Amino acid sequence: MFTEPLLSGITLGGIYALIAMGLTLQYGVARIMNLSYGESLVAACFAALWLFTAVSVNPLIGLLVIVPLAALINWLVYQVLLMPLVKRAPSRDALEVDSILATFGLLFVAQGVMLAIFGGNYFSYSFLAIPVKIFGATVSASRLLALGFAVVIGLALYLGLTRTRAGTAIRAVAVDPVSALLVAIDVRATAAFAYALGGALVAAGGVLVSMFLTFNASLGVVFTMKALIVVIMGGVGNLLGCLIAGMILGLTETFVATYVDPGLTLAATYIIFILVLLLRPQGLFGARRS
Amino acid sequence: MSAALLSISGLTRRFGGLVAVDSVALEVRPGEIVGLLGPNGSGKTTVLNLISGALKSDTGSIQLRGRPLEKLPAFRIAREGVARTFQLVRVLGSMTCKENVIAGLAFGAKSRWGREADLAAHELLARVGLVTRAHVMTSELTYIDQKRLELARALAMQPELLLLDEWLAGLNPTELRDGIELIRSLRAEGRTILMVEHVMDAIRSLCDRCYVMNAGKKIAEGTPKEVLADPEVIRAYLGDADA
Amino acid sequence: MSARNLAISAALVVAVALLALVPSVTNGYQLSLAINIVSYTVLATAWTLFSGPTRYVSLATVAFFGIGAYTVAVLGEELAWPLVLLIAFVIGFVLSLLVGLSTLRLSGVYFVIFTFGLAELVRQLVTWYEVNITRTLGRYVFVDITTSQIYWQLLALAVIVFISGWLIQRSKLGLALRVIGDDEAVARHVGINTTLAKVVLFAFSASFMTLAGAIMAPRWTYIDPAIAFNPVVSFQVLIMALLGGVHRLYGPIFGVIPLVMLFEILLAKFPNHFSIMVGIAFLLIVYAIPRGIVGLIEGAQLSLNRMKGAKA
Ligand SMILES: Nc1ncnc2c1ncn2[C@@H]1O[C@H](COP(=O)(O)OP(=O)(O)OP(=O)(O)O)[C@@H](O)[C@H]1O
Ligand SMILES: [Mg+2]
Repeated sequence: MFTEPLLSGITLGGIYALIAMGLTLQYGVARIMNLSYGESLVAACFAALWLFTAVSVNPLIGLLVIVPLAALINWLVYQVLLMPLVKRAPSRDALEVDSILATFGLLFVAQGVMLAIFGGNYFSYSFLAIPVKIFGATVSASRLLALGFAVVIGLALYLGLTRTRAGTAIRAVAVDPVSALLVAIDVRATAAFAYALGGALVAAGGVLVSMFLTFNASLGVVFTMKALIVVIMGGVGNLLGCLIAGMILGLTETFVATYVDPGLTLAATYIIFILVLLLRPQGLFGARRS
Repeated sequence: MSAALLSISGLTRRFGGLVAVDSVALEVRPGEIVGLLGPNGSGKTTVLNLISGALKSDTGSIQLRGRPLEKLPAFRIAREGVARTFQLVRVLGSMTCKENVIAGLAFGAKSRWGREADLAAHELLARVGLVTRAHVMTSELTYIDQKRLELARALAMQPELLLLDEWLAGLNPTELRDGIELIRSLRAEGRTILMVEHVMDAIRSLCDRCYVMNAGKKIAEGTPKEVLADPEVIRAYLGDADA
Repeated sequence: MSARNLAISAALVVAVALLALVPSVTNGYQLSLAINIVSYTVLATAWTLFSGPTRYVSLATVAFFGIGAYTVAVLGEELAWPLVLLIAFVIGFVLSLLVGLSTLRLSGVYFVIFTFGLAELVRQLVTWYEVNITRTLGRYVFVDITTSQIYWQLLALAVIVFISGWLIQRSKLGLALRVIGDDEAVARHVGINTTLAKVVLFAFSASFMTLAGAIMAPRWTYIDPAIAFNPVVSFQVLIMALLGGVHRLYGPIFGVIPLVMLFEILLAKFPNHFSIMVGIAFLLIVYAIPRGIVGLIEGAQLSLNRMKGAKA
């Protein structure tokens, strides 16, 4: 009885962590506070749905198409829409305000397009919805598979950031863009790359989510919100923080949904958010700041 | 208690593994101009940030006339009578010079507002030589004028203790002479000042006493003449230059 | 100078008096357009009251607006109308105090994020309450208020918002907020209790929004959470304020009038693509006129003066 919500909480948490890692890259490195982030996720859900139902491509193969495409689209969005803001911003704070406004506009465009195509209905498809028994609990195979993929992708990202040259450049820009410039790192190209990478991660998250959750065209805001809360809880730019914060959120939601009421999950999310703001606004693992 | 206006003891602040300020003790008596010296990165600005409440200390006590400041938020410390300028000058960019000074007049313990504030603002602008520029936007000011304006804003608060962070840095020789004169005139009216400074001429001619810091620690104190002759101080500066 | 002020005040009084006559000279459609304009004027000006000087972007307009509407839906039949409005105001005030106290001690991002999700949170909570406790999702709004009365109430609220805004601008609180908008660290070091200033103003701004929602509620005979907490409203208010210009109290009006017209047309012509169109309009504004129409006019005046000065 208890292991079932625990297992689904862990799967959900793993996916939240993956989604939040993309956002932490976009915000921590490219300094773009992307309010249309969840729309990328929902778009990936719809893409996976379309591939599965219309062309009968299995979502795991779909990842191979959707993720690179998402990276490309996000790179273009950065170059075309966000670069002018980066160039005109006199300070980091000004860029933050501008990017909030621009991506807020983007949110409505993206959501509007999806509403126009798919309407407001909820969608789901049934892929590997086979019950699997582990530790005496039944979980669907698709959930476990999604968790497996999230772990693999997250691990690859972690290794990529810590063990490769490009990863080092990204981390350097995140810590201090001015000094990064001094050691001949192309800050803008790196920021664009990080933004695209963030978009790729959230698309991957979207495809994985679509395998076991029902979704609709206006679900983006909620996912953006959750990703933002995980990022703040884990500390901006902190991947391990994302993982732990994602787990906390996933588990809390599942337990609230199981033992309290499914209609109150967002409220639970918000309570966590308020606690973080009141007690540790710098994140669970962040250093104390002024 | 002692007659000190400001007394600090055991003041410590870490940033991660770095101890930026390491059990520093110092005292400023009423009417004194005290210099805070030290090579780059020795923790001088951090000390000012701790006094003014921009940062919170890890341990240590800071008292103004015997009242503890270390737990108070920055705005309360300002109202207790501590005003400051910033190493990288910070004027309010969307306002005129006069409005900048009124910002200093309106919210302190001896708050002034309305006509009274208008008059006081003009007086203060005249004081720092900006009276003709009262209605100019601060973004159009030169660097030295921005520094003057920042000083006027700090003086507007009628502080018991004025903290200056390299207020004389980056000035040309004429401007520097004017700047030193201005600070000297503050002493003449009995202001108490703690100033971080690198300009040796200014230190020699203005400071009654000095403290020297290196790597977060206080390494010397005394008159400007004494500390500038101190072998450890010389080593700190030269060692820093060698590194 | 004071003669000029007197003339301006007199002109404003006459303007308000003329605006009060609108219901008697318009047909139903025109009146409903006028109601839209006045209600968005209230919302966008209330938004600017806080977000203009502090530069803290609030995305929660509809959360407060919707709470106002729901207060009327729940209490409208039970209590006298002025009491209902008072209760709506108080609810808005208390909720915004709570939001402000938990987020405004921190840097602006937290506030933006919090307000971004707030409308959705309130919508889900109301839905949950209605489904589980009252067991009906929608509510009928039965109150004895005519369309003209709605218009007059909104007009009165608009006047109150403008007068409060004007008073705040001239007060120490107004200066404090401008200092905070320019440099929050400086604000603290000149002795401003930044959290208090921000929270108080946010609470006023949000309570005005709540009142607007309460007054507008009788316009709908039926409301449910999706209608009352429609996120497009927050978005529209933001666009109108930005188009008009947020560094002047009267700025938003310049955005409200053209955009209410535009949205009216868009909604009629492209009902299914409305949010896309609004999004595109918004992006155009953010990129092309970041300082709004008032900023454009003032910029033009400034360069005109410079040209004159150069010639003289
Ligand atoms: N907010 C901060 N976060 C992390 N490290 C800091 C912070 N402020 C200062 N430091 C570090 O603390 C040390 C002392 O800095 P501080 O600015 O106090 O030196 P300073 O004596 O004022 O130097 P300068 O003469 O260059 O102004 C430096 O190593 C600096 O990098
Ligand atoms: Mg310094």
